Amino acid sequence: MITVYVENQPYPVEPGDRNLLAVCLSLGFDLPYFCWHPALHSVGACRQCAVKLFKDESDTQGRLIMACMTPVKDGMRISIADPEAAAFRAGVVEWLMVNHPHDCPVCDEGGECHLQDMTVMTGHVRRRYRFTKRTHRNQDLGPFINHEMNRCIQCYRCLRFYRDYAGGRDFDVMGWHDDVYFGRHADGALENEFSGNLVEVCPTGVFTDKTMKPHPVRKWNLQTAPSICVHCGLGCNTLAGERYGKLRRILSRYNPNVNGYFLCDRGRFGYEFVNSPRRLRQPCLRGADGDRPAVGPAAAVARVAGIIRGGKAIGIGSPRGSLEGNFALRELVGPDRFFHGVPDRELELVRLALALARQGTAPLASLQEAAACDAVFVLGEDVTNTAPMLALALRQAVRHKPAELATRQRIHAWDSLAIRDAGQQAQGPCFIATADQTRLDDIATATYRAAPDDLARLGFAVAHALDPSSPDVPNLPPDLAAWAQRAADGLKAGQRPLVVAGTGGASAALLPAAANIAWALIKAGRPAQLCLTVPECNSLGSALLDGGGLESALAALRQGDVDTVVVLENDLYRRLPAAAAAELLAARHVIVLDHLATATTAAAEVVLPAATFAESSGTLVNNEGRAQRFFQVFVPEDGIRASWRWLADLIVAAGRAPAAPWRNLDELLSALSAAMPVFKDLRAVAPPADFRMDGQKIPRQPPRYSGRTAMTVHRDIHEPQPPDDADTPLAFSMEGQPGHPPPALIQRYWAPGWNSAQALNKFQQEVGGPLQGDAPGRRLLAAAAGAAPPYFADVPPAFAARAGEWLFLPAHHIYGAEELSSVSAGVAQRAPRPTVTVNDGEAERLGWAEGREVQVSVGDTVQRLPVKRSAQLPAGVAALPAGLSGQPWLPLPAWGKISTPSIPPVGGASATLRSMPSLRSTSSPASAPSAHSANQAPVPPGRRPGLQAGSSPSVREVPA
Amino acid sequence: MDRPLTQHIRPDREPLTLREYEQVGGYQAARQALQAAPRDVTDQVLKASLRGRGGGGFLTGQKWSLVPPDDGSGQPKYIVANGDEMEPGTMKDRWLLEGQPHQLIEGLLLGAYAIQARVAYIFLRWDYKLAARRLQQALAEAYAERLLGAHILGTDYQLDMVLHTSAGRYMCGEETGLLNAIEGRRANPRNKPPFAVTCGLWGRPTAINNVETLCCIPHIVQRGGDWFRSLSRSPDEGGTKIYGVSGRVRHPGLWELPLGTTARELLEEHAGGLRDGYVFRGLLPGGASTDFLVAQHLDVKLDFSSVEKAGSRLGTGTMVVLDDRTCPVGLVLNLMQFFARESCGWCTPCREGLPWLARTLQALEDGQGTSADLDLLDAHVQTIRMGHTFCALAPGAMAPLGSALKYFRRDFERHVADQRCPWRAP
Repeated sequence: MITVYVENQPYPVEPGDRNLLAVCLSLGFDLPYFCWHPALHSVGACRQCAVKLFKDESDTQGRLIMACMTPVKDGMRISIADPEAAAFRAGVVEWLMVNHPHDCPVCDEGGECHLQDMTVMTGHVRRRYRFTKRTHRNQDLGPFINHEMNRCIQCYRCLRFYRDYAGGRDFDVMGWHDDVYFGRHADGALENEFSGNLVEVCPTGVFTDKTMKPHPVRKWNLQTAPSICVHCGLGCNTLAGERYGKLRRILSRYNPNVNGYFLCDRGRFGYEFVNSPRRLRQPCLRGADGDRPAVGPAAAVARVAGIIRGGKAIGIGSPRGSLEGNFALRELVGPDRFFHGVPDRELELVRLALALARQGTAPLASLQEAAACDAVFVLGEDVTNTAPMLALALRQAVRHKPAELATRQRIHAWDSLAIRDAGQQAQGPCFIATADQTRLDDIATATYRAAPDDLARLGFAVAHALDPSSPDVPNLPPDLAAWAQRAADGLKAGQRPLVVAGTGGASAALLPAAANIAWALIKAGRPAQLCLTVPECNSLGSALLDGGGLESALAALRQGDVDTVVVLENDLYRRLPAAAAAELLAARHVIVLDHLATATTAAAEVVLPAATFAESSGTLVNNEGRAQRFFQVFVPEDGIRASWRWLADLIVAAGRAPAAPWRNLDELLSALSAAMPVFKDLRAVAPPADFRMDGQKIPRQPPRYSGRTAMTVHRDIHEPQPPDDADTPLAFSMEGQPGHPPPALIQRYWAPGWNSAQALNKFQQEVGGPLQGDAPGRRLLAAAAGAAPPYFADVPPAFAARAGEWLFLPAHHIYGAEELSSVSAGVAQRAPRPTVTVNDGEAERLGWAEGREVQVSVGDTVQRLPVKRSAQLPAGVAALPAGLSGQPWLPLPAWGKISTPSIPPVGGASATLRSMPSLRSTSSPASAPSAHSANQAPVPPGRRPGLQAGSSPSVREVPA
Repeated sequence: MDRPLTQHIRPDREPLTLREYEQVGGYQAARQALQAAPRDVTDQVLKASLRGRGGGGFLTGQKWSLVPPDDGSGQPKYIVANGDEMEPGTMKDRWLLEGQPHQLIEGLLLGAYAIQARVAYIFLRWDYKLAARRLQQALAEAYAERLLGAHILGTDYQLDMVLHTSAGRYMCGEETGLLNAIEGRRANPRNKPPFAVTCGLWGRPTAINNVETLCCIPHIVQRGGDWFRSLSRSPDEGGTKIYGVSGRVRHPGLWELPLGTTARELLEEHAGGLRDGYVFRGLLPGGASTDFLVAQHLDVKLDFSSVEKAGSRLGTGTMVVLDDRTCPVGLVLNLMQFFARESCGWCTPCREGLPWLARTLQALEDGQGTSADLDLLDAHVQTIRMGHTFCALAPGAMAPLGSALKYFRRDFERHVADQRCPWRAP
């Protein structure tokens, strides 16, 4: 320990490369700052954190220094309270307020504004500036972010987050002197997938949550609870806020092991499905004439119980439902009649990921571990679109190299501008092998584009290059072998290499190939980790329960022993071909529990309205096997209940148990822990319901919550008793102990004088470090100790293109590919138009201009889609959007055809026929030349009228 | 009297061609130096006690000594000639750039050799179009004669020299802002440390020297550090200095004189004193960001240490003279508007403080000043100091204001008391 003297008092400080501001904040001092951010570090721009530094005990003069730019040293003597330092800090705020509007009372940032807090903290209370203020024009930055530039205090944090941290390019600082402008070159949606973090990174109200504008609320009027994001498999921690029965917004909840300070835009802005008009709010029973009037819960339960008592029910679970809901369904129907709500192929992939995690020697990496690694290999996964925050973590991983270069020049690890100047364009090794270009390619050392099986072969080749005892890849072209060797060398050069793969890559060979690489690295003495992405928020958790997938359910139905299908939080039309879904839903009785009206609920005899993450508490298991608890934010009106509560009632009503098997969450968790060893730690994920702080519950409502006595007077002038929460230690009330609860229960960040999200500093052991108290969540999976498993040996044969056919792969998109978030208006607005992506050269040869409408046939499904040309997608392969709403579900990857029926021109645009130009070589040696290049008429001529001599195909131009 | 830097410059003709320059001894220093060890150049420059002519006054030889030796990374070191002369009242480098471009090229070549740089940049002020044309021509001649490029003068030394014309910002003259500008970034300054000599352009060791400084080098190398040092009238600082005088004097202009010439000699003997009917009130010795000196300082030697002792800085050595028929508040306002405009917008005191001061001075000039305004000006002078801001621009802007408040306070007070500028017609 070293000693730092503050106001002549000694304080012990961990030795290490820290700046004085971080140390002062970690010691609990209130030292104002703006441009510094614990994840973005120091740049010395705002001059707000000035303190007095004294040479020694006898120095009474001292000099002002900027704490954020000063390395901490043993024996250092500083004063924060020194009058000159305090006056300087007040002066800095006065300067910042010169151009800042005086609109705090009506500003939507008010109440959680860091600038407001710091202004109060420095004591600047009187305005001396008497001239006109600078004003700016605001930009339309798309559906997520509202822009109010007049409030800007030029701390440059937005820029540093957006460009340096998140890799965005369509946002910059413009202008100079006191006319500095932060925005885009022109109005338009911010392209970066992490733009929503500007809301929290901005110390004032320049960037605010635009999705909140239609349902605004003062920040101190929000009822909040800790939650877990449900929009992908990473399990980012969130804070969800409610007022008047509406979910109002999502903020990032700091978890140093998972998402750190940030969230992706799908996670932050996807919440509005909770408020959707499509929400199911009352149980409905289908009447004799097909209509479905709402009924009370008792009637609904009685009806379902009657059906189930017959005993021929199967249950179909959900990868987006909680562990508790899936387990309760399994208890209702019996373990051998429980099926997972995903196709067998997906279930197998997730189970393979589980097997790699448990039997392999490479542990699964958390997001934090991914960000800390220093060499990356991405195999087959379009990370930005399937697991967005992993992409943000990988962007940090490649920044260790410039930081190391800087450290060698004795530049401090927190001196972020100097690191940039010293490191320049240097980036750590990052190899990306995917079917098409990805949004991470800008950080790639090298990219490789090929069909999934060829990607897997490359992966096996990398493993073989690392360890010759791993299986060799036959017939590997020399340039590809060289690429594999380069990647192997790059990974081996890392101290902490990471291999990324996942279920989005559409090949069962990718995960084994990734595992071989990681295991080979471990054999070579590198502490390699695997990071495996899974599709949904509880894909991994639900897969821990045994049972087959949807095809198995269908088989069971066909065997005839089934007359009732109970579907939990699942739209089968998003999981199966329409015919198969319809067949399952044609069972005699169909009972569906879900949040939103879907094609599946439309087919149900009984619909039970299921609570979303915001209306219930439960457990999700993320892609690294981390079980995390989400807590109910508010008590919904209407008949909405947690699925597991419906199911518990059904178990009793159907006579499966004499009394309710579980009356609250803790009892259910106990049952779950007892049922399977993997769940034994489940109760330790968060404190139980009887946990108390100073004998009190933890209030979800802040002390300044207003309207308590008035909110319900239109129904009853008496103030109602706050609803009871039997499941958690949180209360739906202002009453209780709001202090510093254990990390899993932190419902908001607040400390005296700190009303903004920056109050988080007060909840951490040291700024940027772990939270005070037990880390939330529990990892359920551990890598095998000891001997490495044998390498996977099933190297797939090289991809062979087929004449007249394409292998269709899923193209994932952050906006639109996930079911619930795409219901939110902002996300829907950013969703891409459905297209079919084909190789540029192939399209050129076939005369398909960008935007030309073609007919895509996969199995029995035929759809018309505009062509999107990709210079990088290999020939013989095409991509179709995955999960886009309104698009039919397809069992991708799958072979199919593309044809060009004559289509009447749209919008009058037409293009001339492009007759067969020379074949453009592709970057993919494994897939070229494709069969198509040898055969100029891969599609039967009769199906390609547009290409017949003399006729000119009509194309639809992509609107500008 | 020796005038090594400017003896061959004729305002009425084109600069010397390469051949003509060589005929008067040009590139002899380079021929000499490249046969010897690089360290010899630095040693002579150290002996010469050459201090940087851009305003900082740092010992040039010492700066070059701080550049680390080749680190074996195979990546180049750089040297940059700072020709972004944008200091108000300063035009000394322009004389050298337009008058004798080969002298700068030779000086830069010698400096590059001394630190073993592979690439040299000439960073030129945007407005210096004539200098750009003449430099471009001279560079072409030098390349054609293999004075630049590979195997310079038959040696293994290789140097590429690039003319970079600035986009035109005062901040580009701040040496780290200049580096960012070359790298294609905003010309914001960088934090120090790391210093440019170890981590400069493209993250590599970089020496940045003023044009006048570099123009001294060929003469130092050719005639020796001791000779150069003897040119000066100051004990610890060598060489001649290009001094300038602007304002209402009889003969405003530039002169190459021994370093340490007094302000009085410069003002009275060379500039001819003030014009008839004007009385001297003060001067800014070296550009807009230096403190006023007044009559009591006229016998101060214009060298770095003497001017500093008198409470100002030599800066660029080109003085601006204030007379009794010019409003000092108006002069400071003019400068403050310049500094406020040229702020890069990075740090708060500069970005927000300077425009506030400019508006306050404008209010004083417009007869809308209050006594609280003077307190505000005083408070800013007290607060905006080196170390409190990110770079030296804002503290530089405080120099004329602070010293004006000190020496001409009554004039400020009259603006408030009379509710008008006393120099303006009522």
